[in-house]
Amino acid sequence: MSSFTMVKALNEALRKELEADPKTLVMGEDVGRLGGVFRVTDGLHKDFGEDRVIDTPLAESGIVGTAIGLALRGYRPVVEIQFDGFVYPAFDQIVSQLAKMHARALGHVKLPVTVRIPYAGGIGAVEHHSESHEAYFAHTAGLKVVTPSNPVDAYWMLRQAVRCDDPVIFLEPKRRYWDKAELDPNAAGAPSRLHDARVAREGRDATLIAYGPMVKVCLDAAAAAEEDGRSLEVVDLRSLSPLDFDTVTASVQRTGRAVVVHEAPVFMGMGAELAARITERCFYALEAPVLRVGGYFAPYPPSRVEETFLPDLDRVLDAVDRSLAF
Amino acid sequence: MTVLDQQPDAAGPGRPHPAPPPWHPGAQAPRTDPAPLLPDPAPVRALGTPAASSLDPELLRGLYRRLVAGRRYNQQATTLTKQGRLAVYPASTGQEACEVAAAAVLREDDWLFPSYRDTLAVVSRGVDPLEALTLLRGDAHSGWDPVRWRTAPLSTPLATQLPHAVGLAHAARLRGDDVVALAMVGDGGTSEGDFHEALNFAAVLNAPVVFLVQNNGYAISVPLAKQSAAPSLAHKAVGYGVPGRLVDGNDAAAVHTVLAEAVEHARSGRGPVLVEAVTYRLDPHTNADDAGRYRGDDEVAAWRAHDPVALMERHLRDAGLLDDEAVRQAADAAEELAARMREEFHAEPKLDPMSLFAHVYAEPTPQLREQADQLAAELDAEAVAR
Repeated sequence: MSSFTMVKALNEALRKELEADPKTLVMGEDVGRLGGVFRVTDGLHKDFGEDRVIDTPLAESGIVGTAIGLALRGYRPVVEIQFDGFVYPAFDQIVSQLAKMHARALGHVKLPVTVRIPYAGGIGAVEHHSESHEAYFAHTAGLKVVTPSNPVDAYWMLRQAVRCDDPVIFLEPKRRYWDKAELDPNAAGAPSRLHDARVAREGRDATLIAYGPMVKVCLDAAAAAEEDGRSLEVVDLRSLSPLDFDTVTASVQRTGRAVVVHEAPVFMGMGAELAARITERCFYALEAPVLRVGGYFAPYPPSRVEETFLPDLDRVLDAVDRSLAF
Repeated sequence: MTVLDQQPDAAGPGRPHPAPPPWHPGAQAPRTDPAPLLPDPAPVRALGTPAASSLDPELLRGLYRRLVAGRRYNQQATTLTKQGRLAVYPASTGQEACEVAAAAVLREDDWLFPSYRDTLAVVSRGVDPLEALTLLRGDAHSGWDPVRWRTAPLSTPLATQLPHAVGLAHAARLRGDDVVALAMVGDGGTSEGDFHEALNFAAVLNAPVVFLVQNNGYAISVPLAKQSAAPSLAHKAVGYGVPGRLVDGNDAAAVHTVLAEAVEHARSGRGPVLVEAVTYRLDPHTNADDAGRYRGDDEVAAWRAHDPVALMERHLRDAGLLDDEAVRQAADAAEELAARMREEFHAEPKLDPMSLFAHVYAEPTPQLREQADQLAAELDAEAVAR
């Protein structure tokens, strides 16, 4: 056991997978000598060489498209998109090609491509560097979409994503990149499967459902609520597609109340799907409508006002109050 | 005078300015001289020229038989659309020389990345002629096993298959084998961003890939002049540091020669090549198109006079390499193929609706199983109602 930031945990996961399988490649902009703008690939170029850790030209569609071609001959590329807002030029290759190639070829080819994307806000970045676009990807059949909330999950989930035979969109909450946790990277196996949700904190009165950067906000909210005598459960989804709905259902059946929290705009966001499914599955257990907390349906704001945009502890607790008031 | 106006190195009159630093930081090698990359001044031709006399007669006769069968295949597939047996067919009538030559220059372990108009190249690669049409019939998005045939599914979006070809070719370099990828695209496709990104990646990675642009003059209705202001599409290669070649796309012998040279160039580790084949689509874009709205009969007639099948036949007859008997045999084989298409496509395909979920994921998800159960229940209820 030693202390890992999420960046270091991701780096260690890539190192382990590069060591384990000579067909695993890392590719993207500045992932080589620089080690990536967030240093997630730090040292890999030096240790595995430029054929395994590839500095590509600066073109996202070309990066993902080339990764697809490599996968057709048995490679397992891990692609880094430098920032969330830069993935859109690759959107066509991701949703029309990467997601569909396996089905289109009637299962004859596998596309074990992992697309790592640092996403969401909270780090004071400029325009196009703080996007939460998970719903676009989760809405595409053929893709798997996951997002860790802490260094331990980041490590194991990335290793599992790289080994997955399906394309995985791996969303890294960049405001949690420097959070630390104790991790044993040589432990015998992952604590859970890639697509399992996790009860991050147990509680009785209401369930907060979150993922990625908002898990910490919800845990903080639950800690604050405890001081007021309220017991909140926090479910960390970890996987957005597929969804581990059994874990969600079991929690809401117990608490009777659910609040879904994400950074992305509430309108047409993941919360809509979750609220609808909870209503379908837990109708008779619900004491209140499922509430949603998220960003506003507006372009992500300039960094000096992002605190206003982002859901925080108060906004989460207000929603809990409204839920409990029913 | 402000501080900004002061010269750091108070240069006096007549003192030379210092030379700038190297303008290509980090570059290991000097820039390539563009002259050898420039395309041929005019489309390369072979048939009816002395160049053709050095070509293997058996190769030419083989190309001829494929051209004849290919023309018949295009006609029959178009007829099948009119009978409702195929949903759509983008015919390559008039472009058969490119189609058959592209397949003929590849080894079995090379890869082909076709666009939607390249069914004939897929068939020439060895894929069953009926299986090659499953996309256009609406049975499946691709009928064949891409790995077995080293042939990617037909790409209906434009140019998206080109970066795949680059990645596959780069894989050959990483594995240390000499597999080559040949990617096909049309003149319209060269406007797409993926065309640019693929050429650039291929050049930077020195990937063994050949890009074949079939310039048939129109992207559906839009003529080349509104698509590109480049001197030729082959010239586009030069900007990427890639050699460009220009060939008469109706001359199967010339296309074969130029593509074979390009494939050899790539296979020997010298990187990608872009080949522009100048050709013409004699049929409309698809059966649903009305070509009369955007081109004149005179233009079509001029290209009919430069028909790839007739060109090859004339050359072979003039050279004494083809007699009436061989022509009849080629025609009979083509008729047999057409008869088989009619027969098999007039049978209703048996499709399993549950196949909808068969290959969405390599590792199926709970949501997928949930949907499969839902559809199975719907189908059961329908069966009971009947």
